[in-house]
Amino acid sequence: MPMNVFDISGRAMSAQLTRMNTTASNLANARTTYSSEAEAYRALKPVFRTAMEENGLATVDVEQVVQSDTQPTRRYDPNNPIADADGYVWEAGVDEAAELIDMMETARQYQNNVQVLQTAKSLILDTVRMGK
Amino acid sequence: MAADKIFGVHGAALQLRSERLGVLASNIANAATPNYKARDLDFDRAMEMVREGDDTQEAMSETMGYRIPLQPSMDGNTVELSTEQTLFAENAVQYSTTLSFLEARVNSITRALRGE
Repeated sequence: MPMNVFDISGRAMSAQLTRMNTTASNLANARTTYSSEAEAYRALKPVFRTAMEENGLATVDVEQVVQSDTQPTRRYDPNNPIADADGYVWEAGVDEAAELIDMMETARQYQNNVQVLQTAKSLILDTVRMGK
Repeated sequence: MAADKIFGVHGAALQLRSERLGVLASNIANAATPNYKARDLDFDRAMEMVREGDDTQEAMSETMGYRIPLQPSMDGNTVELSTEQTLFAENAVQYSTTLSFLEARVNSITRALRGE
């Protein structure tokens, strides 16, 4: 079956929701401390990919969720029980400002898709009711 | 076809408007996808083709083009939400207008059949 406007906006909303969930995970794990760089949490990022159809329609899917290359930061905190021998801990590699901006953008784009869906739905219903 | 004569160009116009709604929805859906190129169809030219006897699907694929962005972005995405949302709203209003033409036609034919 060919894609319709409900598939387009619905799948885009799912994709934006996945992005919102990764942002929530990243913000929840921001400032968590680890005893080595290797085990430190790094921000998760979804990879969006266009799903094309031959008739000019396209929606978006999350192809995969990858770990970003934001480096964990080393902080001197000798009182922390998990600090290493030199008294350092590693803080999760999460850029909180960037995550908040991402969150706002995601929310806006989710809203845009809802708006598209509402407009399309009311136009379709008007068409169904035509002549009545 | 008899239905074509009853509804004139409005039937094809509604179909093209509906297709364009889907294309603009695709652009808005892909507003955050890197390297996505926004597309649109040239409605005036498609309508011209339909009036010259082409079918709507053919007119649509023939007049489909890529949007030229006002400011290219770094991730290769050419969707500009201000443009897309304006065109989407405009297209929705035009769809409603076409629909009201069709509705008026249906109503007048119904009245004629009833003999009012």
